[in-house]
Amino acid sequence: MPTIEPVAEQNEPHPDVALVERVRAGDVSAYDTLVRKYERQLFRIAQHITQNREDAEDVMQDAFLKAYEKLDQFQGNSKFYTWLVRIAVNESLMRLRKRRTGKLVSMDEDIQTEEGSVPRDFADWAPNPEQNYNQSELADILKKTIQGLPQGFRVVFVLRDVDGLSTEETAEALGLSVPAVKSRLLRARLQLRERLSRYFKRTTPAASEAKASAKGNGPLGNGVDA
Amino acid sequence: MTCTEFLAILDDVIDKSIAAETRAEIEVHLRKCGHCEVVLDTTRKTIEIFRCHEIYELPTEVSERLHVAIIEKCKKAK
Repeated sequence: MPTIEPVAEQNEPHPDVALVERVRAGDVSAYDTLVRKYERQLFRIAQHITQNREDAEDVMQDAFLKAYEKLDQFQGNSKFYTWLVRIAVNESLMRLRKRRTGKLVSMDEDIQTEEGSVPRDFADWAPNPEQNYNQSELADILKKTIQGLPQGFRVVFVLRDVDGLSTEETAEALGLSVPAVKSRLLRARLQLRERLSRYFKRTTPAASEAKASAKGNGPLGNGVDA
Repeated sequence: MTCTEFLAILDDVIDKSIAAETRAEIEVHLRKCGHCEVVLDTTRKTIEIFRCHEIYELPTEVSERLHVAIIEKCKKAK
């Protein structure tokens, strides 16, 4: 079984620690720095959960304000950003709940689907396939692709793969277990890959077919393991 | 290694959290299995594309407006 590489020891305190201390001492300009540092990431997370621009703007503003008010509760056991994301996730879910007039909203919605957990499309992609689309077409494809994922998968993917949080930090930010994050991440990655294949696979199938045939097709396609 | 076993550790392969002996097994499997090679390459590419293209840009004017509002409220909250 694979082993997880040891996490490098963190001897240096995270730069946010000093900023948080300055804010606690009454320096609002230090908070200004933290807001500028993380506003884009928080907006992105809020957009991915609420799927609504106005809600995302409100969530971002409310999350930063709530974090400021609750700064005394920040223990420093986790990164400031992880703590901030947790607040933004909760604010986003509350916003969704309001929009759905009180209906229960959670990160576990719609995750029972088995769709995309086993690869089906084995066509190789064109080299740099995104270059076949202009910026706006590509943005539409990526939005459509990720919006089709269950919310609980989408947010794990964004935090882990786009934001670069570790598995443990993602689990902490979302209030999930580490195995749950790992399971959702694999399924999110596979589902996104499958959906993007519709747009990015080679237009002439000969190359990828030949490549697979030359090696002997594995079982992911025909049910027999290689 | 079978394709099913490979798929079970796909995330570890992508995240480079694989022990040396398993890495050798993976390389042997990928040399003979075109499907798994495609799945690995295209999953890596999927992550790279989403990482490199911001789909929810925060416009500068919105950022500034929110920024002013946040800092004003923080000052009042003190």
